[in-house]
Amino acid sequence: MTSATQQAIDAVWRVESARLIAGLARVVSDVGLAEDLAQDALVAALEQWPESGVPDNPGAWLMAVARRRGVDTIRRAVTLQSKVELLGREFSDHQTPMDEIEFDPHVEDDVLRLMFTACHSVLSVEARVALTLRMVAGLSTEEIARAFLVQTTTMAARITRAKKALTEANVPFEVPVGEELADRLSSVLEAVYLVFNEGYTATGGGQWARAELCQEAMRLGRMLAALAAGESETHALVALMEIQASRLRARTGPDGEIVTLDKQNRARWDRLLITHGLAALDRAEELGGTGSYAIQAKIAACHARAPRAEDTDWVRIASLYGDLVVLTRSPIVELNRAVAVSMADGPAAGLAVTDGLLDVAALRNYHLLPSVRGDLLAKLGRSMEARAEFERAAELTSNEAERAHLLARASSS
Amino acid sequence: MKVMVLGKATERSEAGEFGTAEEFAAMDLFNEKLVEAGVVLAGDGLQPTSKGKRVAFDADGNTTVIDGPFAETKELVAGFSIWEVASMDEAVEWVKRSPLRNCEVELRKVLDAEDFAESFGAEIAAAEQQLRTEPAANQ
Repeated sequence: MTSATQQAIDAVWRVESARLIAGLARVVSDVGLAEDLAQDALVAALEQWPESGVPDNPGAWLMAVARRRGVDTIRRAVTLQSKVELLGREFSDHQTPMDEIEFDPHVEDDVLRLMFTACHSVLSVEARVALTLRMVAGLSTEEIARAFLVQTTTMAARITRAKKALTEANVPFEVPVGEELADRLSSVLEAVYLVFNEGYTATGGGQWARAELCQEAMRLGRMLAALAAGESETHALVALMEIQASRLRARTGPDGEIVTLDKQNRARWDRLLITHGLAALDRAEELGGTGSYAIQAKIAACHARAPRAEDTDWVRIASLYGDLVVLTRSPIVELNRAVAVSMADGPAAGLAVTDGLLDVAALRNYHLLPSVRGDLLAKLGRSMEARAEFERAAELTSNEAERAHLLARASSS
Repeated sequence: MKVMVLGKATERSEAGEFGTAEEFAAMDLFNEKLVEAGVVLAGDGLQPTSKGKRVAFDADGNTTVIDGPFAETKELVAGFSIWEVASMDEAVEWVKRSPLRNCEVELRKVLDAEDFAESFGAEIAAAEQQLRTEPAANQ
Protein backbone atom coordinates (compact mmCIF):
# COMPACT_ATOMS: atom_id res chain seq x y z
CA MET A 1 0.00 0.00 0.00
CA THR A 2 1.26 3.48 -0.75
CA SER A 3 1.90 5.60 2.28
CA ALA A 4 -0.11 8.39 0.64
CA THR A 5 -3.25 6.23 0.71
CA GLN A 6 -2.46 5.14 4.25
CA GLN A 7 -2.18 8.79 5.28
CA ALA A 8 -5.41 9.66 3.49
CA ILE A 9 -7.19 6.81 5.30
CA ASP A 10 -5.77 7.98 8.64
CA ALA A 11 -7.06 11.47 7.90
CA VAL A 12 -10.52 10.23 6.88
CA TRP A 13 -10.64 8.15 10.06
CA ARG A 14 -9.71 11.18 12.16
CA VAL A 15 -12.51 13.23 10.61
CA GLU A 16 -15.21 10.54 10.47
CA SER A 17 -14.65 8.02 13.28
CA ALA A 18 -16.44 9.78 16.14
CA ARG A 19 -19.56 10.45 14.07
CA LEU A 20 -19.39 6.94 12.59
CA ILE A 21 -19.13 5.18 15.96
CA ALA A 22 -21.72 7.50 17.51
CA GLY A 23 -24.19 6.99 14.66
CA LEU A 24 -23.77 3.21 14.87
CA ALA A 25 -24.11 3.22 18.66
CA ARG A 26 -27.49 4.93 18.34
CA VAL A 27 -28.66 2.08 16.10
CA VAL A 28 -27.20 -0.89 18.01
CA SER A 29 -27.40 0.66 21.52
CA ASP A 30 -23.98 -0.73 22.42
CA VAL A 31 -20.87 1.44 22.02
CA GLY A 32 -18.53 -1.56 22.24
CA LEU A 33 -20.26 -3.24 19.31
CA ALA A 34 -20.46 0.08 17.45
CA GLU A 35 -16.72 0.54 17.82
CA ASP A 36 -16.04 -3.01 16.58
CA LEU A 37 -18.24 -2.42 13.53
CA ALA A 38 -16.50 0.86 12.78
CA GLN A 39 -13.12 -0.87 13.06
CA ASP A 40 -14.35 -3.56 10.62
CA ALA A 41 -15.23 -0.80 8.18
CA LEU A 42 -11.77 0.72 8.63
CA VAL A 43 -10.16 -2.65 7.87
CA ALA A 44 -12.30 -2.91 4.73
CA ALA A 45 -11.17 0.57 3.69
CA LEU A 46 -7.53 -0.36 4.24
CA GLU A 47 -8.05 -3.40 2.00
CA GLN A 48 -10.04 -1.76 -0.76
CA TRP A 49 -9.10 1.91 -1.07
CA PRO A 50 -5.50 1.35 -2.18
CA GLU A 51 -6.99 -0.41 -5.26
CA SER A 52 -10.18 1.55 -5.79
CA GLY A 53 -9.01 4.95 -4.56
CA VAL A 54 -10.60 6.92 -1.73
CA PRO A 55 -14.34 7.24 -2.47
CA ASP A 56 -15.91 10.67 -2.98
CA ASN A 57 -17.87 10.40 0.22
CA PRO A 58 -15.67 8.30 2.50
CA GLY A 59 -17.85 8.84 5.58
CA ALA A 60 -20.92 7.43 3.88
CA TRP A 61 -18.86 4.51 2.50
CA LEU A 62 -17.62 3.58 5.98
CA MET A 63 -21.13 3.87 7.43
CA ALA A 64 -22.62 1.64 4.72
CA VAL A 65 -19.98 -1.07 5.28
CA ALA A 66 -20.31 -0.89 9.06
CA ARG A 67 -24.10 -1.16 8.87
CA ARG A 68 -23.87 -4.23 6.62
CA ARG A 69 -21.45 -5.83 9.08
CA GLY A 70 -23.82 -4.90 11.87
CA VAL A 71 -26.71 -6.72 10.29
CA ASP A 72 -24.52 -9.78 9.65
CA THR A 73 -23.08 -9.80 13.16
CA ILE A 74 -26.38 -9.41 14.88
CA ARG A 75 -28.15 -11.98 12.67
CA ARG A 76 -25.54 -14.50 13.77
CA ALA A 77 -26.15 -13.75 17.43
CA VAL A 78 -29.43 -15.58 18.04
CA THR A 79 -29.80 -14.25 21.56
CA LEU A 80 -29.95 -10.73 20.20
CA GLN A 81 -33.01 -11.50 18.09
CA SER A 82 -34.90 -8.46 19.30
CA LYS A 83 -32.05 -6.23 18.25
CA VAL A 84 -32.18 -7.60 14.70
CA GLU A 85 -35.77 -6.51 14.45
CA LEU A 86 -34.88 -3.16 15.86
CA LEU A 87 -32.00 -2.82 13.46
CA GLY A 88 -34.11 -3.89 10.51
CA ARG A 89 -36.71 -1.31 11.42
CA GLU A 90 -34.07 1.40 11.85
CA PHE A 91 -32.71 0.64 8.42
CA SER A 92 -36.07 0.63 6.67
CA ASP A 93 -37.02 3.85 8.46
CA HIS A 94 -33.82 5.48 7.37
CA GLN A 95 -33.79 5.15 3.62
CA THR A 96 -31.33 7.97 3.58
CA PRO A 97 -29.43 8.54 0.37
CA MET A 98 -25.77 7.91 1.11
CA ASP A 99 -24.62 11.46 0.58
CA GLU A 100 -27.02 12.83 3.16
CA ILE A 101 -25.74 10.75 6.03
CA GLU A 102 -22.89 13.10 6.66
CA PHE A 103 -25.09 16.03 7.54
CA ASP A 104 -27.62 14.01 9.48
CA PRO A 105 -28.84 16.47 12.13
CA HIS A 106 -28.82 13.77 14.85
CA VAL A 107 -25.18 12.97 14.40
CA GLU A 108 -23.74 15.70 16.61
CA ASP A 109 -26.10 14.75 19.43
CA ASP A 110 -24.82 11.21 18.95
CA VAL A 111 -21.22 12.37 19.39
CA LEU A 112 -22.19 14.03 22.68
CA ARG A 113 -23.93 10.79 23.76
CA LEU A 114 -20.76 8.93 22.84
CA MET A 115 -18.66 11.24 25.03
CA PHE A 116 -21.00 10.77 27.99
CA THR A 117 -21.06 7.00 27.52
CA ALA A 118 -17.29 6.64 27.13
CA CYS A 119 -16.88 8.71 30.31
CA HIS A 120 -19.55 6.97 32.36
CA SER A 121 -18.81 6.91 36.07
CA VAL A 122 -18.91 3.10 36.19
CA LEU A 123 -15.46 3.33 34.56
CA SER A 124 -12.21 4.34 36.25
CA VAL A 125 -10.83 7.64 35.02
CA GLU A 126 -8.01 5.77 33.21
CA ALA A 127 -10.58 3.63 31.38
CA ARG A 128 -12.61 6.74 30.48
CA VAL A 129 -9.51 8.39 29.08
CA ALA A 130 -8.60 5.34 26.98
CA LEU A 131 -12.12 4.93 25.56
CA THR A 132 -12.50 8.64 24.81
CA LEU A 133 -9.20 8.87 22.97
CA ARG A 134 -10.02 5.72 21.04
CA MET A 135 -13.68 6.37 20.17
CA VAL A 136 -14.04 10.15 20.18
CA ALA A 137 -10.57 11.37 19.21
CA GLY A 138 -10.02 8.47 16.78
CA LEU A 139 -6.53 7.56 18.04
CA SER A 140 -5.20 4.05 17.55
CA THR A 141 -4.49 1.82 20.53
CA GLU A 142 -0.75 2.08 19.71
CA GLU A 143 -0.90 5.88 19.79
CA ILE A 144 -2.72 5.92 23.14
CA ALA A 145 -0.32 3.36 24.63
CA ARG A 146 2.68 5.39 23.46
CA ALA A 147 1.29 8.59 24.93
CA PHE A 148 0.67 6.95 28.32
CA LEU A 149 3.98 5.04 28.30
CA VAL A 150 2.40 1.58 28.55
CA GLN A 151 2.59 -1.51 26.33
CA THR A 152 0.11 -1.66 23.44
CA THR A 153 -1.22 -4.99 24.77
CA THR A 154 -1.85 -3.39 28.18
CA MET A 155 -3.78 -0.52 26.61
CA ALA A 156 -5.71 -2.90 24.32
CA ALA A 157 -6.75 -4.96 27.36
CA ARG A 158 -7.82 -1.80 29.20
CA ILE A 159 -10.01 -0.75 26.26
CA THR A 160 -11.55 -4.21 25.92
CA ARG A 161 -12.33 -4.35 29.64
CA ALA A 162 -13.87 -0.88 29.55
CA LYS A 163 -16.13 -1.74 26.60
CA LYS A 164 -17.21 -4.92 28.36
CA ALA A 165 -17.91 -3.01 31.57
CA LEU A 166 -20.20 -0.62 29.69
CA THR A 167 -22.09 -3.51 28.09
CA GLU A 168 -22.42 -5.35 31.41
CA ALA A 169 -23.60 -2.26 33.24
CA ASN A 170 -26.13 -1.78 30.44
CA VAL A 171 -25.19 1.88 30.21
CA PRO A 172 -27.79 3.62 28.03
CA PHE A 173 -26.55 5.56 25.01
CA GLU A 174 -27.89 8.94 26.02
CA VAL A 175 -27.10 12.37 27.38
CA PRO A 176 -28.15 12.44 31.04
CA VAL A 177 -30.72 15.01 32.13
CA GLY A 178 -31.67 16.80 35.34
CA GLU A 179 -29.65 16.20 38.46
CA GLU A 180 -27.63 13.40 36.90
CA LEU A 181 -26.21 15.76 34.27
CA ALA A 182 -23.86 17.70 36.57
CA ASP A 183 -22.28 14.54 37.97
CA ARG A 184 -21.91 12.87 34.61
CA LEU A 185 -20.54 16.04 33.02
CA SER A 186 -17.88 16.37 35.70
CA SER A 187 -16.83 12.79 34.97
CA VAL A 188 -16.34 13.74 31.27
CA LEU A 189 -14.48 16.94 32.13
CA GLU A 190 -12.24 15.09 34.58
CA ALA A 191 -11.18 12.61 31.86
CA VAL A 192 -10.47 15.39 29.36
CA TYR A 193 -8.42 17.36 31.90
CA LEU A 194 -6.48 14.23 32.82
CA VAL A 195 -5.47 13.83 29.17
CA PHE A 196 -4.33 17.45 29.17
CA ASN A 197 -2.34 17.15 32.39
CA GLU A 198 -0.72 13.94 31.23
CA GLY A 199 0.63 15.96 28.32
CA TYR A 200 1.33 19.13 30.27
CA THR A 201 3.02 17.93 33.44
CA ALA A 202 4.61 14.56 32.70
CA THR A 203 8.34 14.61 32.17
CA GLY A 204 8.90 11.18 30.59
CA GLY A 205 8.18 10.09 27.04
CA GLY A 206 8.78 11.74 23.73
CA GLN A 207 8.09 15.46 23.64
CA TRP A 208 6.06 14.93 20.50
CA ALA A 209 3.55 12.56 22.07
CA ARG A 210 3.22 14.94 25.03
CA ALA A 211 2.34 18.02 22.99
CA GLU A 212 -0.09 15.89 20.99
CA LEU A 213 -1.92 14.89 24.16
CA CYS A 214 -2.46 18.54 25.10
CA GLN A 215 -3.83 19.20 21.63
CA GLU A 216 -6.15 16.17 21.78
CA ALA A 217 -7.46 17.30 25.15
CA MET A 218 -8.09 20.85 23.93
CA ARG A 219 -9.84 19.51 20.89
CA LEU A 220 -12.06 17.21 22.97
CA GLY A 221 -12.79 20.15 25.24
CA ARG A 222 -13.78 22.36 22.29
CA MET A 223 -16.03 19.59 20.94
CA LEU A 224 -17.71 19.32 24.31
CA ALA A 225 -18.08 23.10 24.57
CA ALA A 226 -19.74 23.21 21.13
CA LEU A 227 -22.01 20.23 21.80
CA ALA A 228 -22.94 21.07 25.41
CA ALA A 229 -22.82 24.83 24.83
CA GLY A 230 -25.13 25.68 27.74
CA GLU A 231 -22.79 24.31 30.39
CA SER A 232 -20.47 26.90 31.94
CA GLU A 233 -17.82 24.41 33.04
CA THR A 234 -17.26 23.04 29.50
CA HIS A 235 -16.21 26.51 28.32
CA ALA A 236 -14.23 27.05 31.52
CA LEU A 237 -12.22 23.86 30.97
CA VAL A 238 -11.43 24.93 27.39
CA ALA A 239 -10.27 28.30 28.72
CA LEU A 240 -8.13 26.70 31.42
CA MET A 241 -6.44 24.28 29.01
CA GLU A 242 -5.88 26.82 26.25
CA ILE A 243 -4.44 29.50 28.53
CA GLN A 244 -2.11 26.97 30.17
CA ALA A 245 -1.10 25.52 26.80
CA SER A 246 -0.35 29.02 25.47
CA ARG A 247 2.79 28.90 27.63
CA LEU A 248 4.02 25.49 26.48
CA ARG A 249 6.78 26.79 24.25
CA ALA A 250 7.96 29.34 26.84
CA ARG A 251 8.12 27.00 29.80
CA THR A 252 11.15 24.91 28.89
CA GLY A 253 14.64 26.28 28.48
CA PRO A 254 17.25 25.13 25.94
CA ASP A 255 18.30 22.17 28.14
CA GLY A 256 14.73 21.08 28.78
CA GLU A 257 14.63 22.68 32.23
CA ILE A 258 11.37 24.20 33.45
CA VAL A 259 11.21 28.01 33.21
CA THR A 260 8.90 29.38 35.90
CA LEU A 261 6.06 31.74 35.05
CA ASP A 262 7.82 34.86 36.35
CA LYS A 263 10.88 34.18 34.18
CA GLN A 264 9.12 33.19 30.95
CA ASN A 265 9.54 35.26 27.80
CA ARG A 266 5.94 36.34 27.37
CA ALA A 267 6.55 37.18 23.71
CA ARG A 268 6.74 33.43 23.16
CA TRP A 269 3.25 32.81 24.57
CA ASP A 270 0.76 31.64 21.97
CA ARG A 271 -1.47 34.71 21.52
CA LEU A 272 -4.02 32.81 19.44
CA LEU A 273 -4.62 30.27 22.22
CA ILE A 274 -4.83 33.08 24.79
CA THR A 275 -7.41 34.96 22.70
CA HIS A 276 -9.45 31.81 22.13
CA GLY A 277 -9.12 30.83 25.80
CA LEU A 278 -10.17 34.25 27.10
CA ALA A 279 -13.21 34.19 24.78
CA ALA A 280 -14.12 30.76 26.18
CA LEU A 281 -13.77 32.17 29.71
CA ASP A 282 -16.13 35.03 28.79
CA ARG A 283 -18.74 32.48 27.69
CA ALA A 284 -18.23 30.46 30.89
CA GLU A 285 -18.79 33.64 32.94
CA GLU A 286 -21.91 34.57 30.98
CA LEU A 287 -23.28 31.15 31.98
CA GLY A 288 -22.44 31.57 35.67
CA GLY A 289 -18.76 30.78 35.86
CA THR A 290 -18.53 29.79 39.52
CA GLY A 291 -17.31 26.19 39.13
CA SER A 292 -13.86 24.90 39.90
CA TYR A 293 -12.62 25.01 36.30
CA ALA A 294 -13.96 28.55 35.92
CA ILE A 295 -12.06 29.76 38.99
CA GLN A 296 -8.87 28.04 37.84
CA ALA A 297 -9.31 29.55 34.37
CA LYS A 298 -9.78 33.01 35.89
CA ILE A 299 -6.50 32.56 37.79
CA ALA A 300 -4.74 31.45 34.58
CA ALA A 301 -6.28 34.48 32.82
CA CYS A 302 -4.78 36.88 35.41
CA HIS A 303 -1.34 35.68 34.32
CA ALA A 304 -2.25 35.73 30.61
CA ARG A 305 -3.47 39.33 30.83
CA ALA A 306 -0.30 40.64 32.52
CA PRO A 307 2.17 42.04 29.93
CA ARG A 308 5.01 41.57 32.43
CA ALA A 309 5.31 39.37 35.53
CA GLU A 310 5.27 42.45 37.79
CA ASP A 311 1.93 43.55 36.29
CA THR A 312 0.17 40.44 37.63
CA ASP A 313 -2.99 41.17 39.61
CA TRP A 314 -2.07 39.16 42.72
CA VAL A 315 -4.88 40.68 44.79
CA ARG A 316 -7.40 39.15 42.42
CA ILE A 317 -5.50 35.85 42.25
CA ALA A 318 -5.44 35.62 46.06
CA SER A 319 -9.16 36.30 46.18
CA LEU A 320 -9.84 33.65 43.47
CA TYR A 321 -7.82 31.09 45.43
CA GLY A 322 -10.03 31.99 48.37
CA ASP A 323 -13.10 31.08 46.28
CA LEU A 324 -11.41 27.84 45.22
CA VAL A 325 -10.63 26.91 48.84
CA VAL A 326 -14.32 27.36 49.73
CA LEU A 327 -15.29 25.11 46.81
CA THR A 328 -12.65 22.38 47.14
CA ARG A 329 -11.73 22.57 50.86
CA SER A 330 -8.26 21.50 49.75
CA PRO A 331 -5.29 22.42 52.00
CA ILE A 332 -3.03 22.38 48.92
CA VAL A 333 -5.19 25.09 47.34
CA GLU A 334 -4.93 27.01 50.63
CA LEU A 335 -1.13 26.78 50.38
CA ASN A 336 -1.38 28.24 46.87
CA ARG A 337 -3.52 31.00 48.31
CA ALA A 338 -0.78 31.70 50.87
CA VAL A 339 1.73 32.27 48.04
CA ALA A 340 -0.73 34.55 46.21
CA VAL A 341 -1.42 36.50 49.43
CA SER A 342 2.33 36.95 49.96
CA MET A 343 2.63 38.37 46.44
CA ALA A 344 -0.34 40.69 47.03
CA ASP A 345 0.20 41.80 50.64
CA GLY A 346 3.76 40.81 51.49
CA PRO A 347 5.50 37.78 53.03
CA ALA A 348 4.15 38.33 56.56
CA ALA A 349 0.54 38.06 55.36
CA GLY A 350 1.38 34.93 53.36
CA LEU A 351 3.15 33.38 56.33
CA ALA A 352 0.09 33.98 58.51
CA VAL A 353 -1.99 31.94 56.04
CA THR A 354 0.48 29.04 56.20
CA ASP A 355 0.33 29.11 60.03
CA GLY A 356 -3.22 27.84 59.72
CA LEU A 357 -1.96 24.79 57.78
CA LEU A 358 0.61 23.56 60.32
CA ASP A 359 -1.83 21.23 62.05
CA VAL A 360 -3.39 19.80 58.88
CA ALA A 361 -2.67 16.07 58.84
CA ALA A 362 -2.73 15.81 55.04
CA LEU A 363 0.18 18.27 54.77
CA ARG A 364 2.33 16.82 57.57
CA ASN A 365 4.72 15.17 55.12
CA TYR A 366 4.20 17.55 52.19
CA HIS A 367 7.53 19.21 51.38
CA LEU A 368 6.04 22.29 49.73
CA LEU A 369 4.61 23.58 53.03
CA PRO A 370 8.02 24.03 54.73
CA SER A 371 9.50 25.05 51.38
CA VAL A 372 7.00 27.92 51.00
CA ARG A 373 7.40 28.89 54.66
CA GLY A 374 11.20 28.88 54.29
CA ASP A 375 10.92 31.21 51.33
CA LEU A 376 8.60 33.63 53.16
CA LEU A 377 10.72 33.59 56.35
CA ALA A 378 13.85 34.28 54.28
CA LYS A 379 12.13 37.28 52.69
CA LEU A 380 11.30 38.53 56.19
CA GLY A 381 14.96 38.22 57.20
CA ARG A 382 14.18 35.48 59.75
CA SER A 383 17.08 33.36 58.50
CA MET A 384 17.41 30.87 61.37
CA GLU A 385 13.77 29.86 61.04
CA ALA A 386 14.03 29.84 57.24
CA ARG A 387 16.98 27.44 57.40
CA ALA A 388 15.06 25.02 59.64
CA GLU A 389 12.11 25.04 57.21
CA PHE A 390 14.31 24.42 54.14
CA GLU A 391 16.06 21.54 55.94
CA ARG A 392 12.71 20.02 56.84
CA ALA A 393 11.52 20.40 53.22
CA ALA A 394 14.73 18.73 51.98
CA GLU A 395 14.06 15.78 54.31
CA LEU A 396 10.54 15.35 52.95
CA THR A 397 11.11 15.56 49.19
CA SER A 398 11.84 12.44 47.18
CA ASN A 399 13.21 14.41 44.22
CA GLU A 400 17.03 14.60 44.29
CA ALA A 401 17.33 17.82 42.27
CA GLU A 402 14.78 19.49 44.49
CA ARG A 403 16.54 18.29 47.65
CA ALA A 404 19.84 19.77 46.44
CA HIS A 405 18.09 23.05 45.67
CA LEU A 406 16.46 23.16 49.12
CA LEU A 407 19.70 22.33 50.95
CA ALA A 408 21.46 25.08 49.00
CA ARG A 409 18.79 27.53 50.13
CA ALA A 410 19.14 26.26 53.72
CA SER A 411 22.87 26.90 53.80
CA SER A 412 22.51 30.36 52.25
CA SER A 413 19.82 31.39 54.76
CA MET B 1 -0.37 21.28 14.61
CA LYS B 2 -1.86 24.49 13.30
CA VAL B 3 -2.76 24.95 9.66
CA MET B 4 -3.63 28.27 8.06
CA VAL B 5 -6.42 27.92 5.54
CA LEU B 6 -6.34 30.61 2.88
CA GLY B 7 -9.45 31.08 0.77
CA LYS B 8 -8.28 32.52 -2.55
CA ALA B 9 -10.03 35.46 -4.13
CA THR B 10 -12.34 35.15 -7.10
CA GLU B 11 -13.72 37.77 -9.46
CA ARG B 12 -16.85 37.79 -7.35
CA SER B 13 -15.03 38.23 -4.04
CA GLU B 14 -12.88 40.97 -5.55
CA ALA B 15 -16.06 42.71 -6.73
CA GLY B 16 -17.24 42.70 -3.09
CA GLU B 17 -20.04 40.17 -3.69
CA PHE B 18 -20.95 38.16 -0.61
CA GLY B 19 -22.52 35.15 -2.28
CA THR B 20 -26.13 34.01 -2.19
CA ALA B 21 -28.17 33.20 0.90
CA GLU B 22 -27.92 29.49 0.00
CA GLU B 23 -24.14 29.67 -0.26
CA PHE B 24 -24.02 31.44 3.09
CA ALA B 25 -26.22 28.83 4.74
CA ALA B 26 -24.13 25.96 3.36
CA MET B 27 -20.94 27.63 4.55
CA ASP B 28 -22.43 28.25 8.00
CA LEU B 29 -23.34 24.58 8.27
CA PHE B 30 -19.82 23.58 7.30
CA ASN B 31 -18.29 25.98 9.82
CA GLU B 32 -20.58 24.60 12.49
CA LYS B 33 -19.27 21.08 11.78
CA LEU B 34 -15.71 22.35 12.13
CA VAL B 35 -16.45 24.02 15.45
CA GLU B 36 -18.22 20.91 16.72
CA ALA B 37 -15.15 18.87 15.79
CA GLY B 38 -13.01 21.20 17.91
CA VAL B 39 -10.86 22.19 14.94
CA VAL B 40 -11.30 25.96 14.61
CA LEU B 41 -9.11 28.46 16.45
CA ALA B 42 -9.77 31.57 14.37
CA GLY B 43 -11.10 32.70 11.03
CA ASP B 44 -12.66 35.55 9.10
CA GLY B 45 -13.38 36.90 5.66
CA LEU B 46 -11.50 39.86 4.18
CA GLN B 47 -12.64 42.92 2.28
CA PRO B 48 -11.66 42.98 -1.42
CA THR B 49 -8.17 44.23 -2.24
CA SER B 50 -9.69 47.46 -3.62
CA LYS B 51 -9.82 48.47 0.06
CA GLY B 52 -6.39 47.01 0.88
CA LYS B 53 -2.84 48.34 0.93
CA ARG B 54 0.59 46.95 0.28
CA VAL B 55 3.80 48.24 1.79
CA ALA B 56 6.95 47.53 -0.23
CA PHE B 57 10.46 47.71 1.27
CA ASP B 58 13.61 48.39 -0.75
CA ALA B 59 17.08 47.19 0.26
CA ASP B 60 17.62 50.24 2.48
CA GLY B 61 14.30 49.86 4.26
CA ASN B 62 12.57 52.72 2.41
CA THR B 63 8.89 52.03 2.10
CA THR B 64 6.34 52.60 -0.65
CA VAL B 65 2.65 52.26 0.09
CA ILE B 66 0.60 50.84 -2.81
CA ASP B 67 -3.19 51.11 -2.86
CA GLY B 68 -5.39 48.22 -4.01
CA PRO B 69 -6.98 46.73 -6.01
CA PHE B 70 -4.29 44.24 -7.00
CA ALA B 71 -4.32 42.48 -10.32
CA GLU B 72 -3.46 38.80 -9.89
CA THR B 73 -6.90 37.72 -8.58
CA LYS B 74 -6.09 34.02 -8.11
CA GLU B 75 -3.11 34.82 -5.90
CA LEU B 76 -5.06 37.10 -3.59
CA VAL B 77 -6.59 36.04 -0.30
CA ALA B 78 -10.29 36.53 0.42
CA GLY B 79 -10.53 34.83 3.79
CA PHE B 80 -8.57 32.79 6.30
CA SER B 81 -8.95 30.36 9.17
CA ILE B 82 -6.53 28.73 11.55
CA TRP B 83 -7.28 25.10 12.39
CA GLU B 84 -5.72 22.76 14.89
CA VAL B 85 -5.45 19.31 13.31
CA ALA B 86 -3.36 16.15 13.61
CA SER B 87 -1.92 16.33 10.09
CA MET B 88 -1.99 18.22 6.80
CA ASP B 89 -3.99 15.29 5.40
CA GLU B 90 -6.66 15.85 8.01
CA ALA B 91 -6.86 19.51 7.01
CA VAL B 92 -7.25 18.43 3.36
CA GLU B 93 -10.05 16.04 4.35
CA TRP B 94 -11.88 18.86 6.09
CA VAL B 95 -11.48 21.25 3.15
CA LYS B 96 -12.90 18.62 0.79
CA ARG B 97 -16.09 18.64 2.86
CA SER B 98 -16.63 22.36 2.37
CA PRO B 99 -19.40 23.56 0.03
CA LEU B 100 -17.08 25.90 -1.92
CA ARG B 101 -17.31 25.92 -5.71
CA ASN B 102 -15.20 27.51 -8.46
CA CYS B 103 -12.36 28.63 -6.25
CA GLU B 104 -9.17 27.46 -4.62
CA VAL B 105 -8.10 26.98 -1.02
CA GLU B 106 -4.47 26.99 0.05
CA LEU B 107 -3.29 25.14 3.17
CA ARG B 108 -0.09 26.15 4.96
CA LYS B 109 1.30 24.66 8.13
CA VAL B 110 2.05 27.24 10.81
CA LEU B 111 5.71 26.91 11.77
CA ASP B 112 6.38 25.35 15.16
CA ALA B 113 9.49 24.25 17.09
CA GLU B 114 9.53 20.95 15.19
CA ASP B 115 10.06 22.76 11.86
CA PHE B 116 12.95 24.81 13.20
CA ALA B 117 14.56 21.64 14.49
CA GLU B 118 14.22 20.03 11.06
CA SER B 119 15.62 22.85 8.98
CA PHE B 120 18.38 24.21 11.17
CA GLY B 121 19.30 21.31 13.40
CA ALA B 122 18.52 21.03 17.09
CA GLU B 123 21.49 23.09 18.26
CA ILE B 124 20.54 26.14 16.25
CA ALA B 125 16.96 25.84 17.40
CA ALA B 126 18.21 25.73 20.99
CA ALA B 127 20.49 28.72 20.40
CA GLU B 128 17.62 30.62 18.87
CA GLN B 129 15.48 29.83 21.87
CA GLN B 130 18.32 30.98 24.12
CA LEU B 131 18.45 34.30 22.27
CA ARG B 132 14.74 34.73 22.68
CA THR B 133 14.81 33.78 26.36
CA GLU B 134 17.65 36.02 27.47
CA PRO B 135 16.05 39.45 27.11
CA ALA B 136 13.14 38.31 29.28
CA ALA B 137 15.47 37.06 31.99
CA ASN B 138 17.08 40.51 32.09
CA GLN B 139 13.84 42.43 32.38
